Amino acid sequence: MISAETREIIYNGLWKQNPGIVQLLGLCPLLAISNTVVNSLSLGLATTLVMAVASGSVSLVRNFIPHEIRLPTFVLIIAALVTVVQLLMNAYVHPLYLVLGIFIPLITTNCIVLARVETFASKRSTSHSVLDALMMGLGLTLVLVVLGALREVAGKGTLFSGLDLALGPAAREWVVTVLPDYQGFLLAVLPPGAFLGLGLLIALKNWIEGMRAPRPAQLTHALQG
Amino acid sequence: MTTALRETVTTAMTLLVFAVIGSALLSGTFSLTRPSIAASEQAEKLARISETLPAGSYDNDPVRDARPLPPDPLLGLRHAGQYYPAFKAGVPVAVVLEAVAPDGYAGEIRLLVGILADGRIAGVRVSAHKETPGLGDYIDAAKSRWIRVFDGRSLGDPADAQWKVRKDGGQFDYMAGATITPRAVVKAVHRSLKYFEAHRATLLSTPSPGHPASDPIPPATGVESKPQPRPSNPDDTAR
Repeated sequence: MISAETREIIYNGLWKQNPGIVQLLGLCPLLAISNTVVNSLSLGLATTLVMAVASGSVSLVRNFIPHEIRLPTFVLIIAALVTVVQLLMNAYVHPLYLVLGIFIPLITTNCIVLARVETFASKRSTSHSVLDALMMGLGLTLVLVVLGALREVAGKGTLFSGLDLALGPAAREWVVTVLPDYQGFLLAVLPPGAFLGLGLLIALKNWIEGMRAPRPAQLTHALQG
Repeated sequence: MTTALRETVTTAMTLLVFAVIGSALLSGTFSLTRPSIAASEQAEKLARISETLPAGSYDNDPVRDARPLPPDPLLGLRHAGQYYPAFKAGVPVAVVLEAVAPDGYAGEIRLLVGILADGRIAGVRVSAHKETPGLGDYIDAAKSRWIRVFDGRSLGDPADAQWKVRKDGGQFDYMAGATITPRAVVKAVHRSLKYFEAHRATLLSTPSPGHPASDPIPPATGVESKPQPRPSNPDDTAR
C-alpha cells in the first residue's frame, strides 16, 4: 500500500512540481543538450542518479552537518558524486562522454540537485529523500526526452540518432528516420529551438491543468460535498 | 569564548571529514577507471590518426610505428610527444604530427596534423579541446566540417602572410562568435608545417629494421618559447 505521502512525492516530482516545466530549475543542460533523444535521456539519467545518491547521502548525515556549513557540505557531496559519474562515463561509455562533454561536470551546478538536497533531503527521512530525488530526476528526464524528441524530429527528421554512442555500433540500425529526405531545420537544433520547445511544453502543461481544474460551479459543489 | 571556539573547531572538523571522505571516494574511482579511460583515449587517438591520412594511402600501422617527438615551441609541445609515420611498401608517404595550439579560448587545443611527403596537408583533427560548446567547438570534426579548410594546403599555399583567419586579413574562414579558437588552430597548423619543413628529412626517414627511428630529432635549440598572451578581441568578450 502506497502511503499518501509517497503518492504526493511521486505526483510532485513527475507533474505538479516538475523541475523542467514548473520549477524551471536546471535549464542549462535542458536547453543545451536536449537536441536529440539520446543526449536528453543520457544526461537526464545521469542527473537522476546524482540526485538520488546525493539526496540519500545528505539525508543519512543530515543530523551531523552543522547548519552554518550545510551548503558547502552539500556542494562538496554533489561535486564528488558528479566527478565519480564523470569518471565512470569516461571509462565505460566513452563516446557518449565525448558528446555530453562539459555538461556532465555541469550537473554539479544544476540548481535542481542542490534545491532538492536543501529543501527536502536535509529535513526528511532517507527513503523519502531518495524517492523524491528519483521522481524529480525522472520528471526532469521526461521533459528532456520529450523536448529532445521534438527538437530531433523537427531539426533532423530522425529519432534516437546517436544511440550507437551509448549502446555500441549495433544500435546504429535502431535510428528511426521519421521524415525521409528531410533537409533539416537548424532553428530546432540550436538553443533558440530549446526555448521555443520548452515554451510549448509549459503551455501544454498549463492547458492540461486548466482543462482538469474544476469550474467555479463544480468547485462550490465540491466544497459543499 | 570557549564555546565559540569549540563550535568553530567542530564545524571545521566536520567539513574536513566530508572533504576526506570525498577525496577518498574520488581517488578510489579514479584508480578504478584509469585503465579503461586510457584505453578508450588510445582507441580514439587511433581512429583520429587514420582520419588525418588518406584512406588506403599507407600500409603500415602508424600508431605501432610511432616515434618520439621532442618538446618544441613550433609544435607547441611542452612535453615530449609523438609523431606517426605512414609508409606504403616501405616508402614514406606522410606523417601525422602531434601539435598543440596553446592559445585557445579555454586553454590548449591539441591537434593531429597529417602532412603528405610533398608538404601538403592531408588532414587536421582536434584530439582534445575545452572550447565553448556551441561556439568554439566547431573546430571538432564531429561538430562541423570547418577543420577541413586545411586539406591540401601547404606552406606556400597560401603565402605566409595569408595563413590567418579572414578577420586578420588571411585566407581562412571562421564562424561568427568565436575568433580566438580558429585563430589559435590556424597558427598552430601553420607552425606545424614550418616544423615539418625544418625536419622533413628526419620525419620522412625510412625505418631500418630493429631501429625504429634512424636519426632521432634533436630538441629544438635557439628557438625561444614565448608565452602567448591571449589576444583581446571585442568579438569574443561576449562569450
